[in-house]
Formats: sequence, C-alpha cells, structure tokens
Amino acid sequence: MSNVAELKKLYGAGKKRKILALTSIFLAIIGAVIVSVSLGAGSPRFNEAIQVILAKLFPSLGIDPGPTVTQIIIWNLRLPRVILAIIAGAGLAASGATMQGVLRNPLVSSYILGISAAAGFGAALAIVFGVGVIEGYGHYLVIANAFFFSVLAMILVYFIARIRAMSTETVILAGVAIGYLFSAMLSLIQYVAPEHEAVRAVVFWLMGGLNSANWESVQIVFPVVLVTIILMVFQSWNINVLSMGEDVATSLGVNSKRVLTITMILETLATATIISFTGVIGFICLISPHISRMLIGSDHRFLIPCSALVGACLLLCSDTVGRLVMQPAELPVGIVTSLLGVPFFLYILISRRRQSWR
Amino acid sequence: MKLVINKLSFNYASIPVLKDIEFAVNAGEILSIVGPNGSGKSTLLRCINRILKTRQNTVLIDGKDVSKLNLRELSKIMGYVPQASACTFPFTVFDVVLMGRKPYIHWSLSERDYEIVAETLDFLGIKELAMRHFNELSGGEQQKVIIARALAQEPQVLLLDEPTSSLDIKHQLEILLILKCLAQSKQCSVIMAIHDLNMASRFSDRILMLKKGCIFAAGTPETVLTEANISAVYGVKARVINSVVDRPQITPLLPESAGIKQWKTPPAVTAKSEAIA
Repeated sequence: MSNVAELKKLYGAGKKRKILALTSIFLAIIGAVIVSVSLGAGSPRFNEAIQVILAKLFPSLGIDPGPTVTQIIIWNLRLPRVILAIIAGAGLAASGATMQGVLRNPLVSSYILGISAAAGFGAALAIVFGVGVIEGYGHYLVIANAFFFSVLAMILVYFIARIRAMSTETVILAGVAIGYLFSAMLSLIQYVAPEHEAVRAVVFWLMGGLNSANWESVQIVFPVVLVTIILMVFQSWNINVLSMGEDVATSLGVNSKRVLTITMILETLATATIISFTGVIGFICLISPHISRMLIGSDHRFLIPCSALVGACLLLCSDTVGRLVMQPAELPVGIVTSLLGVPFFLYILISRRRQSWR
Repeated sequence: MKLVINKLSFNYASIPVLKDIEFAVNAGEILSIVGPNGSGKSTLLRCINRILKTRQNTVLIDGKDVSKLNLRELSKIMGYVPQASACTFPFTVFDVVLMGRKPYIHWSLSERDYEIVAETLDFLGIKELAMRHFNELSGGEQQKVIIARALAQEPQVLLLDEPTSSLDIKHQLEILLILKCLAQSKQCSVIMAIHDLNMASRFSDRILMLKKGCIFAAGTPETVLTEANISAVYGVKARVINSVVDRPQITPLLPESAGIKQWKTPPAVTAKSEAIA
C-alpha cells in the first residue's frame, strides 16, 4: 500500500501546484481590477474609486461616496466595463479551451463554428439596414441580430456535420465554410451600404470593444457565461477521455457525439452572448487555453477554469491599456489584445520546455 | 465470464466486411485473431466493443446481450487497446491511466481509484513513469501505459488491436507475457488481433483465422497454423515445424517464381544525347 501513498503524494503535489496557479491568476485579476478602476479619463483616482465602490456595496457602513460625477465615472462607467471585460474574457477563453479539447485541435478557437462572421453579418444587417429578428431599434436590434445569426451558424454546422456522423474534421470544415459564407454576405452588405457612416459603424463593431458596457449588459451576460462555464467544467472528464480518440472514448463509456453536441451548444451560447454585446474580440479564446496548458497541463477539470481566469486577466489588462494609451481617445480592445498578446504568446511558445500539443 | 459471438455480420456502406462470425471465449483464455490485411480483424474487435454497432444478440457475455447494456456498463466489463494511440495534448502517464477509471469516476477520485491505478502501474512495471508525459515516452512504454489504462477499467474481457506490431522483440515479449499473466491471474479473457503468426502461436490458447470476413479456421495453434491453411489464407507457402517451446513455428518461403527483379534506371539525359535527339 506504500505504492498508493507514494502515488497519492505525487499526484497531490501536482494538484497543489495547479491550485496555486489558479489562485495566483485570480489575485492578479483582483489587482488588475483595482488598477483599472482607478485609472482613466476623468479625475477619480484610487482612493476615490475605492470609496465609491465600498459606499455602493455596503451602504450600511455610512461611507461618503463623494461627488456625483465621481460616482458616475466609477460606478456607472468604469466598474461595469471592468466586470464585463472579466466575464467576456472568461467566457471566450473557457469556450476556446473546451472546443480545442473536444475537437482535439490546437488551432481551434471559440469562433470555429463560424460564429464571428455570422454575428458580424447579423450586426451589419441591423446597423446598415435596420433589419432584424426583433422589433425595436438601435442597440437592441444589433445585439439580438448578432446572437440570432451566431446560433444559426452553429445550427447549420451541426446539421451538416451530423450527415457525416459528427466527425471532428467535418465540424471544423463545415464551421470554416459557414464562416466564409457569412463573411461574404457581410462584405456584400458593406459593399452595397448606402452610407459611409453605417460602414464605419460596422467596422467599429467588428473590431470589438467594451466601451458600451453597462450594468444591464453585465446582468445579461454574467448569468449566461457563469452557467455555461460551469456546465463545460462538468464535461471535463468526457473531454479528457476524448483527447485519446473517439474509439477509446467509446470504450470508456463516453458517447463522443453527445459530448460534442453538448459542448457545441454551450460554447455557442457563451460566445454568442458575449460577442453580441462586445463585438468580435479575437485571439483571447485561442491563446488563453495554450497559456493555461503550459501552466497547469491538460486535465480539463483544471484547464477550463484556468483558461477562464487567464482570459479574464488578459482581456481586462488589454482593455485597460487600450483605454489609457491614447487618452482621451480609445484604442479598440481587439487591436490591443493582438498587439500585446502575440509577442507574449510567441515568447512562451519559444521558451517553453516541452511541447504542449502535437 | 464467457463471451459468445453469435452470427455476427457487419457491413461498411453495404459492403460486407464480416459474415456470420461465431466463436466463444472462456475466462482466462487468450484468443488470437489472425488473417491478412483487410480480413476484418480490427472490425471484429470494434464490433465486439460496440464502437461499431451490430444486430442484437450477436455479442453475449454470460448469456447477456451486450447491445442492451449502456456504454458505461459495458466499459466496466470490456477494455480496448487500439492499434495506434495518440494524444493531442500533454497528459501525464497517471492522467492517462486514470482515464481507465472514467466508468467509475463521477468527479473526484476515490481511494479505490488510487489503489487500482497504483496496482496496474506496478503490474506493468511502469511505476516510475507515473508523472512523465505520455507523448514523451517510447513506443513500448506508451503501449504499456495504454494497456494499463484498459486494465484500470477492471475488465473481464480485454480486446487488443495489434498490440505488438510497432514494438521491438523485447517489448513484444514483455507485452505478451503481461497478457498471459493477466489471463491466468485475473481470469480475464484476452482477445487480440495480431499479425505475427509465431507470436500468436506461442502465446494463444486458441487462434481464429479470418479470410475475407469469414472464419477460415479456428482452434488450437497446432490445428490452425498449418501449411495448408497459411497457403490458402495468405497465399504464402510456409514451412511449419515444432519449435523449441513446443508450438508451431512458421517460416514463410519465397514463391518459386520469385527471383531478384531487375530494376532498370532509365539512362540519365546528358547534353550530348539531347543534342543528338
């Protein structure tokens, strides 16, 4: 039995390292939140920011929240934006990790099912022509359209893939094809758009950004992302087993087609909800899983939460930088994630000791 | 535990691959499936394990129809070692063997999971590899890890698809010896597809010889591995003698017509010959 004790100790040590990594990233996020709410256009600084947040969170403490302008900047502008960055980064990265695992492909991101192009098409349809899936105008039409077409893309991919027995190759290729289809239609809309202003708005939407964040969007995105991430984590064992191949998964009692269908639905819900509010934020969902795999390995029970934390941290930092570098103007977060993320990613790619995929 | 295969047939896109396969395997027995490439060995294993679906009542365990079990229940009875194992992302040996506990695990690991993994790693002699990464191991070590994973399922039937085909002679012997120990000590039935007739002859209790999806011969190595059968199934003349371990030993012979073919390289084109042309 000393064998068992020895093995437990080895495995326990590994587990402790993983939990330590998760905790460190979590603390890094808290640090980033504090920095982010204290910096930016307008006067409020660290002390005032903390004062406002404490006063709003715990009214019973009787802290003076300070002048109304400060309150609005901190509570209504910066804080929802910071929180949306965390939620969006977490949701996109967890989706990316899940899809890479299920499709056994390190190049896959959460947009593999053609979701980004479809969402862009839906948004453009609303921005340029004001046509949409719900009655209404402006902001909500864009959100509803982007979400609707994202889900439509996933449904199309699902039914195409089902004809070919849900093989991972078919899912990936059908996703790419559907993505091209929607991006062609998106280009068409931009080409025939009557006004330059509208085209500009579409381009701006496609770059992605968190500047329209408010408490309302947080209230909608947060529960969806939270629930989908939890359900993705519940699939961890299935995804682990699937990484040894479909036959092996079957022989271990896992229905690979069902797992693929469930994860496709979850990742579409998370990704579509996020990008409907933020526009297409790329790259986070591709690199966060890789960074996490280098940090804590491939066990999806840890990888999916770690990926979510890394994604949250990266997006929050990128958005904060984007807000600050060109004050009073803003750099779109999509540009910052790539400009900062690519060198960082390449650095760990080159300096890592072992191959984290093949 | 007795495995019975009853009139098993299988078609790939309406092309018959297996026709009316019937045999039975007892507990603790090693059955080798031999036959040329494309004779249906792998397909047969995949049908038994329900990776490929067949008609009802074709695979029975102790009289129970396997197609009535759900995948999880089946995975507690049957382990499967595929022909080639690749792992896209880095997992440690411990993680890979632990996957064999999937049918029993809901979320966290129980004391028994640790015990079984420790025992299988010990049984296969790969204890010291536990925290190494699977992808960084040699082919022989990887094969042992994959077998350990199948054993962690605590199977009563173990199916292996060419477990020795990419291994050196030492690892081949090690793996087959492990299977023999397993069959004897745990009364596990071992069914393997294998190309090496001499290894099949030496380690199997019985051999099933397939030809184009049908059973051509079945029985002990002595009755199946005859010069006549090998010639009829593989189209290869062979000499079969009794080996030093008292099992048939097969030496394939070259066809009489086979000489060394001349492979003529066309003359190189030189500037001179080009000028003449």
